[in-house]
Formats: sequence, C-alpha cells, structure tokens
Amino acid sequence: MTALAALIRRDIQIALRVGGGALIGVLFFLTVVVLMPFAIGPDLALLTRLGPAILWLGALLASLLTLDRLFMADHDDGSLDLIAMSRTPLELSCAAKALAHWIAAGLPLIVATPVLGLLLNLDAGSTLAVALTLLVGTPALTFTGIIGASLAVTLHRGGLLLAVLVLPLSIPVLIFGVAASEAAISGPVSFGTPFSILAALSLVSFVVGPFAAAASLRQGLD
Amino acid sequence: MQLSGRGVRCVRGGREVLSGLDFTVSSGEALAVTGANGSGKTSLLRTIAGHLALTGGSIDLEGGEQELTLAEQAHYLGHRDAMKPALSVLENLSFWRDFLGGEISDAGQSLKLVGIEHAALLPAAYLSAGQRRRLSIARLLTVRRPIWLLDEPTSALDSDGQTLFANVTRDHLARGGIVVAATHAPLGIEAKQLRIGDGGPLVAALNSKPSRGGAA
Repeated sequence: MTALAALIRRDIQIALRVGGGALIGVLFFLTVVVLMPFAIGPDLALLTRLGPAILWLGALLASLLTLDRLFMADHDDGSLDLIAMSRTPLELSCAAKALAHWIAAGLPLIVATPVLGLLLNLDAGSTLAVALTLLVGTPALTFTGIIGASLAVTLHRGGLLLAVLVLPLSIPVLIFGVAASEAAISGPVSFGTPFSILAALSLVSFVVGPFAAAASLRQGLD
Repeated sequence: MQLSGRGVRCVRGGREVLSGLDFTVSSGEALAVTGANGSGKTSLLRTIAGHLALTGGSIDLEGGEQELTLAEQAHYLGHRDAMKPALSVLENLSFWRDFLGGEISDAGQSLKLVGIEHAALLPAAYLSAGQRRRLSIARLLTVRRPIWLLDEPTSALDSDGQTLFANVTRDHLARGGIVVAATHAPLGIEAKQLRIGDGGPLVAALNSKPSRGGAA
C-alpha cells in the first residue's frame, strides 16, 4: 500500500508542478466550451439542448490531452524499468497511475463544469446532473485510456495514435454520459437507467484497463 | 546465493545479440562484463533484469528469497536514471525508497554518503550528469537489494566519485551481495571478467558487410 500511495503522490506532484499536465487540461476544456457558443450562435434554446454534449466532448478531449505522456514519460527516463522490476504487481501500478492521472487531470474538469454550464445556458439542476455524470464517467475514460497510453509505449508512437486507439473505446461512455445528462434535463427516459450503465462501464474499465495496460507494457519493455 | 546463466541467448530485432553465454557469480563476487560497443553488454543486463525475454538457455538464482523473483531482488542502474526533473533530489529518492520498499534506510543519510546532500532540495533537473549518477547510487544504498545490475556505473563520475563507487560496491560485496557490471573502465574492485561479443554477431556484421540478408 505504501508503494502505491507513493506512486500516486509522485504522479500528482509532477502534474501540479510547472510543466505538468493538470492545468493544461482545464484550460483546453475551457477553450473548447467557450468557443462553442461563438460557432453555434446566440440561440439559447439550441445551446441548452447541446450543452451536455458539448461539456462531455470537451471533457473527453481534455482528458485525452495529457494521457499520452502517462507511461511515455516514465519509459523515457527509465522509471518504467524500475516499476516493472518492483515487488508491486504491474497491474496495481498501472491502476495507481491511472487514479493519479484522474485526480490531477479529471477532477479539475468536474470542478470547472458548473462555471462552464453558465456559458451554455444550463440551469443549476442541469449543470449538477452533467457534473455528476462526468464524475462517474470520466474514470472510465482514464482507465480505458491507459490501454492506449501503454500501447503508445509499446509501439514507440505517441500523440495522434493514442487518440485513434482510445476515442473508439470511449464511444459507449460518451453515449451513456450524454444520455444520462439529457435524461436528467429533459426526460423522457428516467435518469437511473443510462446512469447505471455509465457506472457499470466505469467499473468494467477499472478491471480491464490495468490488466490490458500491464500486459501491453510487459511486451513493450526492451 | 549464486546467480548463473547457462547458454543464454537473446534475439533483438531479428538479430542474435547473445549466443550461448555462460556465467556464474556467487555471493560476495563481482562480474565485470566487457566488450565492444554493441556487443550486447546492456542486453545481458536487461535480460537478467527481466526486461528482455530469453530466447534460449536459462538464468537462475540459487539461495535467494524463495517467494521473490530474480528481478524483485535486483537493482538495475541503467543509462537512464529514473529521476523526475520536476521533483527535488530528496523527493526523487524518497519516492523510490517508498515504492521499491523492502529493507530500507534513511534517504538523507544516503545522499550524504554519495556527497550530494547539499543539493537535496534542488530540482533534479539542475543536477550535472555526475551528480545524477551519484543520486542513482544513493538509490542502491537506500533500498537494499542483494543483486546489483550496473550498466556503465562509473561513467560521468569524477575520480572521487569512482573511489566512492568502489567503496560502496566493496561494502555491498562484503555483505554477501552480487554485482554484475557492464563496463569499459576499470571498476576499482576485484571482479571476475566476462568478455562478450569478441567478433560476435553484430561486430562481425559491422565488419563484414553493411547490410545482412536475414541469415544469422
């Protein structure tokens, strides 16, 4: 447990220091959401209807933004070799790194959501619903994303490859995240159904993500 | 405790880097692996550390802790020093102490031993190559592991640093440790020699023809 706590603490520290990725994600999220009303125009009804989808897309892209460096940075400076040799199972280390990434890059997005909701003409209740779905859904994005991040190490390609690999995997999360938000705002489906599926997707990703990432990393060490 | 390799073969990128290598190191012994650039010294260390898959042969550890694998009982000190530039020297070292775990000692004390305690609070980004190497050696001292796999351990070290390294290694051997070091420079300690790659596959290939048509 000490080992995992140390790993989480280190990754969060690095993300929050100068040059870390935590702030970049929030700024990107802010930019995407602020640009939308300019592109769509001043139609308040339309903005309200598109609001949850815009917030979800922004959060998805922002959480991807810093993900490609998750294992690449550790690979480049040799840390990954030592992590693989340690007495902590690689699967748990991968899960710890994903958790740290979510705390540093995912949580700030959720905190920023209420402010951005104002820009999209969402009322307090709707914003809260979107923030709640993001809270439950973004861990799934991170934990499926680490599969792509580990493949980026194995294949020695970062950046765009990660987006191509990870975005298709995140489609179910996006569908049910937006569906749950819209159910809470306008109905007619009950909020519980898509929300439960969203929670289930997160739980599945907690199990599958670390195992797949660890398997990929073991292949990729050379 | 005895670390031994029998007929170790390693293929990287379709090329045989190590072929039929035998070695034995016992507690208190050091093995100096020498050879030309590209002869497979690093590959041998990474194979022992479990980062490269064995293509043939076997590497065994006798008399170690039963429930731990060879890699879990070994330190690996490579070209890349596994230190984060954004974190301070002490934070880097404390992280590896907490993460690697097992039998540990005080991080500040190790920094003092390797002579960089004055830089403890400095971000690791500001360290020179020699200081980074000393910091890596401090990791070996802070977390106790019986087997040390060292890749060019004395590169970038000044003469004081090389003496320091020799002393540290001698202490480790006196406590029954095992050292396997790939090196060009003399280590300053008593060590068995293992010379690899003399006219080995890659060297031969470089000497004979620039492009090889697949045959190993």
